[in-house]
Amino acid sequence: MSRTTLDLWVGFFVAVGLGALLFLALKVGNMASSSSGDTYAIQAKFDNIGGLKVRGAVKSAGVVVGRVAEIRFDPEAYLAVVTINVDTRYKFPRDTFATINTSGLLGEQYIGFEVGGDTEMLKAGDTIKKTQSAVVLEKLIGQFMFNKAAEDGGKK
Amino acid sequence: MDNGLSRALGGLGRRVTSRVWRLGYASRFFLAILLNSATALRRVHLTIREIYFTGVLSLIIILVSGLFVGMVLGLQGYDTLQRYGSTEALGVLVSLSLVRELGPVVAALLFASRAGSAITAEIGMMKATEQLSAMEMMAVDPIARVVAPRFWGGVISMPLLAALFSAMGIFGGYLVGVQLIGVDEGSFWSQMQASVDFREDILNGVIKSFVFGIIVSWVAVFEGYDAEPTAEGVSGATTRTVVTSSLAILAADFILTAFMFTGT
Repeated sequence: MSRTTLDLWVGFFVAVGLGALLFLALKVGNMASSSSGDTYAIQAKFDNIGGLKVRGAVKSAGVVVGRVAEIRFDPEAYLAVVTINVDTRYKFPRDTFATINTSGLLGEQYIGFEVGGDTEMLKAGDTIKKTQSAVVLEKLIGQFMFNKAAEDGGKK
Repeated sequence: MDNGLSRALGGLGRRVTSRVWRLGYASRFFLAILLNSATALRRVHLTIREIYFTGVLSLIIILVSGLFVGMVLGLQGYDTLQRYGSTEALGVLVSLSLVRELGPVVAALLFASRAGSAITAEIGMMKATEQLSAMEMMAVDPIARVVAPRFWGGVISMPLLAALFSAMGIFGGYLVGVQLIGVDEGSFWSQMQASVDFREDILNGVIKSFVFGIIVSWVAVFEGYDAEPTAEGVSGATTRTVVTSSLAILAADFILTAFMFTGT
């Protein structure tokens, strides 16, 4: 079987097609960043997780340090139990404070870690004690209106 | 008894029966292709030749239309997003709609009309000029020699063409969004990377285009093989290829999307 110019064109076509797939995987998707090695799982309980989703980001000081692995409902305590996979490169103190934040006004929600001062570090399987739930915009507005009305009433 | 009514009912029954008969024949034909594809894959140069005709020669139309679809998405998306003050999400909009839907579907529709019709016409003409019968006389199985390489050539080309379409479309969206309108380049790419998932979005798009490749190639080779061996028969078969495979692509797209993106 001899090589022909046809083979050259087909080879070119297959190479360009695979190149396009690679472009989609690396430049458009987040394959390069999400496949970065080992993680350990910790848990956190929240009163209300708002719009948090599985695979949502976990950030400390604005840097992504892990991802949300699982969201469950605890039927005994009536709390949301969120399992977080944290990159093994990062260790956090036991009294780390987990909050649910929103990126921008309408952006998606993520978990933020605010680091405490404990000398002991969180290990795999630990549960974060101190958490703050998602801010529900309607409640916030309701509270603001209520306070405003009370203020105006006090002036009279 | 009304004669016209009974004739109309009879005609309807005949048409339904012939449809079902053809569907059964097409399924048996599909099995025959799969059974005979060992030859096509062993004699690889036959398949490579078909990849050249279906894939390489479709490159221009796929690349150009991908670029234009992406540019239109960029313009339209910007117009809508700026009302909500979130033009940075333009990259997300362009890339998700291309990778999940438009890339596989539009590339498959173009592929059906560019390559599928050519395959049908070619096989149909071979049948009309009795080349297929001549092969059988020489104890060469036309399904292994003619049909299976064309089928596999189409199945291999389709995912590559769809990936090229999506990549080109995203480039078109980048040209319009970032270079022409002036959306911030960093947020265009970083928001895109944050929300396009490799398994959920890209791999599902590739699976879609692979399924569409099977559908288009199957319809094209079957219509050609089943064509009436006359000039009219071949032209009718070519038309049926484009119509049937386009409809089948859209229907299969709905089913696949319902399975893949169930909203969680």
